[in-house]
Amino acid sequence: MALARKIIQVKQDATDARLSLLDLPDGATWITEARNAAMSRVKKMSLPHGRDEYWKFTKPDTFVQPEALKAPLFDNDEGPLWADVDRLKVVFVDGIFDAEASDDLSSEGLVIERLAVAALKDIHWAKDLYGVLEIRGQDAVQRPLAALNTAFATDGILVHVTGKVSKPLNLIYLYNSETSDVNLHHCIKIDAGAEVTILETGPGAARLNTVMEVDIADNSAFHHIRVQGRDHERRAVTGIFTRLGHESTFKSFTLTMNGVLTRNECVIELTGDNAIAHVAGACVGDGKDFHQDDTVFITHDSFNCESRQVFKKVLRNGATGVFQGKILVKKDAQKTDGYQISQALLLDDNSQFLAKPELEIYADDVACSHGSTTGAIDENSLFYLQSRGVPKAEATDLLVLAFLAEALQEIEDTMLAEGILERLNGWLARHGH
Amino acid sequence: MLVINDLHVKLEEEDKQILKGVNLTVEPGKVHAIMGPNGSGKSTLSYVLSGKGGYEVTQGSATLEDAELLDMDAEERAAAGLFLAFQYPVEIPGVGNMTFLRTAVNAQRKARGEVEMSAGEFLKVIREKAKSLKIDAEMLKRPVNVGFSGGEKKRNEILQMAMLEPKMCILDETDSGLDVDAMKLVAEGVNALRTEDRGFLVITHYQRLLDHIIPDFVHIMSDGRIVKTGGPELALEIEHNGYGDILAEVA
Ligand SMILES: Nc1ncnc2c1ncn2[C@@H]1O[C@H](COP(=O)(O)OP(=O)(O)OP(=O)(O)O)[C@@H](O)[C@H]1O
Ligand SMILES: [Mg+2]
Repeated sequence: MALARKIIQVKQDATDARLSLLDLPDGATWITEARNAAMSRVKKMSLPHGRDEYWKFTKPDTFVQPEALKAPLFDNDEGPLWADVDRLKVVFVDGIFDAEASDDLSSEGLVIERLAVAALKDIHWAKDLYGVLEIRGQDAVQRPLAALNTAFATDGILVHVTGKVSKPLNLIYLYNSETSDVNLHHCIKIDAGAEVTILETGPGAARLNTVMEVDIADNSAFHHIRVQGRDHERRAVTGIFTRLGHESTFKSFTLTMNGVLTRNECVIELTGDNAIAHVAGACVGDGKDFHQDDTVFITHDSFNCESRQVFKKVLRNGATGVFQGKILVKKDAQKTDGYQISQALLLDDNSQFLAKPELEIYADDVACSHGSTTGAIDENSLFYLQSRGVPKAEATDLLVLAFLAEALQEIEDTMLAEGILERLNGWLARHGH
Repeated sequence: MLVINDLHVKLEEEDKQILKGVNLTVEPGKVHAIMGPNGSGKSTLSYVLSGKGGYEVTQGSATLEDAELLDMDAEERAAAGLFLAFQYPVEIPGVGNMTFLRTAVNAQRKARGEVEMSAGEFLKVIREKAKSLKIDAEMLKRPVNVGFSGGEKKRNEILQMAMLEPKMCILDETDSGLDVDAMKLVAEGVNALRTEDRGFLVITHYQRLLDHIIPDFVHIMSDGRIVKTGGPELALEIEHNGYGDILAEVA
């Protein structure tokens, strides 16, 4: 008991220390109210601590502490990702929108605004979304770092999607300061029948905290592909909060290469019949300092919805991968089809995969399956390839890509998928044998 | 071509001797068949020659065109011209058959300092060879051996052999699991590769394969040794009488 009280105190102190250095940004009434409420949530919950059940596999200290740890800028010799994909670039440098580096944001079927500008407007549609889905995501499990983001983010984008948009919107996060401590908050509102693809790329920040709230109306679709920065020392905690209407689709894929610490949370609520949500991730990590965590919470709250979680991690030289994934099927969510797989391929004995798959089902007519495995490269496969003349290193790479295939297949667009594969091949070449 | 001299092999993990002094020489252009009871060490011999882990050579040597095989990695042996058609071909989910074979062909060419095959050229050659083995294009697109029937897997081994054009081919029970027609196809595939400078070691339990691939020599392996060598008539004798008489005679 004494210990529990002590931890509560430690958490409050750490939270106070962090908050004392932060000022709530200026803004119109609607956002000031949302920010104040978020700050109250943070105070009430306290920032996470290693003793929290939800953080037992991933140390939150460096996300919590007042200052971001230094992340040296990485000398990036790779060509730009998706250079030949026509996309609308939205660039943030050290957490601030860079108009010069960005494309003209006017586009058919889309209304895009900077959060920093929208926050000053007296009336804004984002009032009904900003912080709203984040709060819903706090229902079952506390996510104080997302609330912290809602309270203190000064920039981000607010996107209202009114039609089917074919050109992807590419959010690019750059940083110049080795101690850049960035909060970005995005709201995406997709009208009925509309469709959009959002890409997130770039090194990120020394410490990046992003929240993306996505409201997906009936019969609409959201596609999301993210490639997280490969600077070795960068840290990122991300939260996607989404709610899906009737017959709508949400598909998200994340590639994580390097980065000393990554925690990707995804909270999905299926609230309309026949909706589909897929969330997938491929992660490759090298070295004992690498730690990557995918934490997913999917709530089925409607009839005949499908959800699919596919997470694959390749870990070497003492790297750590984490997966926490939950499917909650509410009483009336009959005919739920839930699938969850999380797998790690450990390229040596020093690496580790920690997984906590969970199912909580209150409906009686559902099909849910989940599996989690940890394994090494299959020796027989390796020998078979080598016996045909494929050198061991190349054979290992082929088997690594084969292992990741199920996650990569979640990317529908072939051009975007090719870019991801190129990045992976680059990583394999650099982190070779 | 292939010279195996007094080869002794034990399991790495256990104290179990499997090969107990194998002597065998395969001349270029010749087909040698190896028959022998289950567990006598035939597959082990093929694995040890091609470089599979888990075995320890305690004595003896094996050379391919005077190069010491046992010092090389598996991929080096392949590039040097050795090929093993597996008794149990391995399924590799996620690796496309085409990608795999093209990677293999070009890796071998690269290792030998030859020019790599272009994608177009490769496609043309593989289509042609697949057709003669009645392997349809759909199968080539699938992951390596995944969902292939037993016979399809064996035909795929022969297709790989045809693409890689090795100097020394070891076929481990390629006939098992094949229907009569498939066996003919496979035998034709093998016979098409029979040239003056290529050697074959065909491991089989049945005479019927040797009806199609007529061997120059037949060896009987028992308990880790080659205990008898003869011509094609030796296979016929075993077909009729089993191993009993022969093993009694050499014991
Ligand atoms: N990795 C291994 N671990 C344990 N035992 C092994 C291993 N490899 C081979 N053996 C044993 O060595 C002996 C020879 O096996 P091998 O597979 O070479 O026989 P074979 O002649 O090919 O038999 P078959 O005709 O059934 O294919 C058998 O007793 C087998 O069980
Ligand atoms: Mg055998």
